[in-house]
Amino acid sequence: MIGAAKRRLTSPAFAEDAAEEMVASRSFWADAGRRFLRNRMAVVSVGMLGLLILFALFGNLLARWTYEEIDWNLLGRIKEEGGPSLSNGHWFGVDELGRDLYARTVQGTRTSLMVGFVAGPVSVLLGATIGALAGYYGGRFDRTVLGAYTIWLAIPYIIFFVVWQAFFGRSLGQMILVIILVNWTAGLLIVRGQVMMLKNREFVDAARMLGMSDLQILARHLAPNILWVVVIYTSLVIPEVIMAESLVSFLGVGIQEPNTSLGALISAGAATMTFGTLWQLAFPAAVFVIAQVSLFYIGDGLRDALDPKER
Amino acid sequence: MLTVTDAHVTFEVAQTKRWPWSPPGIVHAVNGVSFTLKAGRTIGIVGESGCGKSTLIRAVAGLAPLAQGRVTLDGQRVDYGSRASMQRLRSRVQMIFQDPIASLNPRMTIREIVAEPLGFFRPEMDAEARRDAALAMLDRVGIPATQANRFPHEFSGGQCQRIGIARALVAEPKVLLCDEPVSALDVSIQAQVVNLLKALQREIGLALVFVAHDLGVVRHISDEVLVMYMGATMERAPAGALVRDPQHPYTRALLSAVPVPDPRVKVAPQMLEGDLPSPLDLPEGCLFRSRCSRAVAECGAARPPMVPTCSGEAACIRLPAPA
Amino acid sequence: MLSVETLRIRFRTGDGLVHAVNDVSFRVGAGEKLAIVGESGSGKSQMALAVMGLLAKNAEAEGRVLWEGRDLLTLPPAEMNRIRAREIAIVFQDPMSSLNPYMRIERQLTEIVEQHEGLGRAAARARALEVMDAVRIPEARARLRAYPHELSGGMHQRIVIAMALMCRPKLILADEPTTALDVTVQAQIMQLLSEVQRDLGTSVVLITHDLGVVAGFCEEVIVLYGGRIMEQAATLPLFERPAHPYTRGLLRAVPNVEDPADELIAIPGSPPSQRAFPTRCPFAPRCVDAIESCRLTLPELTGGRACLRPVEELT
Repeated sequence: MIGAAKRRLTSPAFAEDAAEEMVASRSFWADAGRRFLRNRMAVVSVGMLGLLILFALFGNLLARWTYEEIDWNLLGRIKEEGGPSLSNGHWFGVDELGRDLYARTVQGTRTSLMVGFVAGPVSVLLGATIGALAGYYGGRFDRTVLGAYTIWLAIPYIIFFVVWQAFFGRSLGQMILVIILVNWTAGLLIVRGQVMMLKNREFVDAARMLGMSDLQILARHLAPNILWVVVIYTSLVIPEVIMAESLVSFLGVGIQEPNTSLGALISAGAATMTFGTLWQLAFPAAVFVIAQVSLFYIGDGLRDALDPKER
Repeated sequence: MLTVTDAHVTFEVAQTKRWPWSPPGIVHAVNGVSFTLKAGRTIGIVGESGCGKSTLIRAVAGLAPLAQGRVTLDGQRVDYGSRASMQRLRSRVQMIFQDPIASLNPRMTIREIVAEPLGFFRPEMDAEARRDAALAMLDRVGIPATQANRFPHEFSGGQCQRIGIARALVAEPKVLLCDEPVSALDVSIQAQVVNLLKALQREIGLALVFVAHDLGVVRHISDEVLVMYMGATMERAPAGALVRDPQHPYTRALLSAVPVPDPRVKVAPQMLEGDLPSPLDLPEGCLFRSRCSRAVAECGAARPPMVPTCSGEAACIRLPAPA
Repeated sequence: MLSVETLRIRFRTGDGLVHAVNDVSFRVGAGEKLAIVGESGSGKSQMALAVMGLLAKNAEAEGRVLWEGRDLLTLPPAEMNRIRAREIAIVFQDPMSSLNPYMRIERQLTEIVEQHEGLGRAAARARALEVMDAVRIPEARARLRAYPHELSGGMHQRIVIAMALMCRPKLILADEPTTALDVTVQAQIMQLLSEVQRDLGTSVVLITHDLGVVAGFCEEVIVLYGGRIMEQAATLPLFERPAHPYTRGLLRAVPNVEDPADELIAIPGSPPSQRAFPTRCPFAPRCVDAIESCRLTLPELTGGRACLRPVEELT
């Protein structure tokens, strides 16, 4: 009995527990970070996504061709000699026009990640801001926002894409802009709900007793309390946005050639699949799957780490 | 120093509307309450849930709209529409709340929480002076300064209420509005908080408005007690006299129902039969008459005025004759 | 009838184990009224849930809960369901959450008996009217057609008690039945419970934090602190001569309406941590009478009190 107690007292686990007791305090975010790091799959996914980002940023340095150059030597013999090869420098092979698929995949990954990491957070921020104001003020403003939200959901976004790009062109910037516009509703309802719940908490009354203005209360007292929702929601919207971009590119209304995106590459690869050039589908699809799966697990890890109900 | 005269508070409620443009229903939450609070004294407000006691002090604090009536602070009328007047009110009148944990922002350390009011009411203080004042205040309410970097969820309910008190008092107000400050706490902790409030009151001459449904606590802390029912004052009297010799039939019913922790005392609660009137459509006459055992036809004629009793006043036309 | 033997309840949480109930034993005989008094974190509600087999999924219960010879902790769910419906009934603190807002009162009352006793519509309705009469609900026939939101808070709790009585249970567990109610309504509900108990001979276990409610209702009282029994005694001696420092402290801390106001005597400190199974008196850190040995040994319940100091030496 005493022996066991002694062993416990000298064990590293006990030292750990004792240290934990003495730590002055951990903030919510430090706590969440610790929980996130304990989630193996999420940490591995962060690594995978990091590699993918490095690939998109610096992959060009390893390419021997640019993404628009046509390798005239291979034209006409793509099926036989256009496959992945170390000798001719086409690591991923060439596409059906004889362009280097490696360089094009780097370019496509860059486009897709750009769209995801710019359009996703910006549209959530936009929706969250509108939702926070609607939830806080309620009344007529809230009803108007909800009405607009409902009407917006009824508009098929593909049509919006086609019309927008017919007018404003198909550049990357336009692509991101139109995705933000289509997705302004992201995060709106969930943040509105959170604000409606939190604004009745007594700490908001206490803030009002200090003479704080509504915007000060929203920024200083409510925003830190809904940030976790926004973070989780953003992590869900990013892969969704990448998927949406890929879908419209797959349908042929996406980004302008010779620029490309993962969706456009997959589309092209799928079209030529029957001719036996399977690599044209396989490489872009693999990158796309890696991106989606790691984003999914990161989102999952964030949800577990941040959602107070999970504890 | 704080006088409330004929306070009325109403709320609009979207009842099941026939048309989008039909008028909303109006809830009469507070219907003409007056009281005067002197410096360093305590006035208790008791009543059952929904009697408007919390709404009344929230209106005094400016957290609910005052539909009618007047609030004066140190002889000066409070103008709830003016920024300057509100700032003056808030620097002198602060509030503590019912739910000790929900009243603290979970993302701020308790030092930040307690220091925050100083940024508004003591703009001349620099960050370090604010921090020191916050630590001193925390120490004063019994939270060691070594714990000041912790977050609210690391404290128990009673400690959170102490922190709430520290936040309210750090900028040295003269009046503290207490909205059911101990009803969420355990009995043993309740007594700690009540004693702390009394000690602080003695030390800094604080005046308290203490709202609670627990007559025992209110009786203990208050000099004078106001009994509310359906948003109106039923009786006002010094705490001791109110408990010893209640005049109004509602006060009597309320007192008779209070459980006594002594098995030898046989509690014989007066049953309040009958339904409460709807606050959407207040009846003429005495608001309590639908449940009053002494009610007669005249009670429905007009809202009874406050009439003096031997030690206070009560709103009833059928008070027992003074002994 | 009900006999709880060395019951332990633990919870697995994200932050480690929480020891809610630690070796609690008591018995309730037929027709008895027992009160279990404790503050938040004393484990009183978890005990009721354990008896009903309603503990949360992350809870583990050890020990035995014997109901007429059968251990409820090891009973298969189907058996437990039958006992829960017909023999032991529970009344929760919040009457609103015990009632289905979309069902008429009649359906809520009759559903249980129709299912478990195979009563027909008419018989079930007759039983409902009988029970509503027992809980003094006026105009019972009209109220049967009502939905919960059409009734007042006090009426809700009467309906919930009526629901509990529908199957004529032998034991009612009332978990803070009046905490959500106003004093005037509380007095009515407590009087009602007491009349029902007297008329039907049902045993009642009243779980509460309010010593005032206990004084007027129960014959025997168990005082819990930190998941352990501090004192167990008949009501009158417990209130007249409390033999445990915690009971004494609790009684002193209640502000009395009748007594002229002196300083309230608070119990210093904070509620106990439940991270570890207690190895010393859980109340010792807050106890004015604690001596060195109180901080080292865990007092057993002997002679109705779990305290190392003799009664005469307590302040």
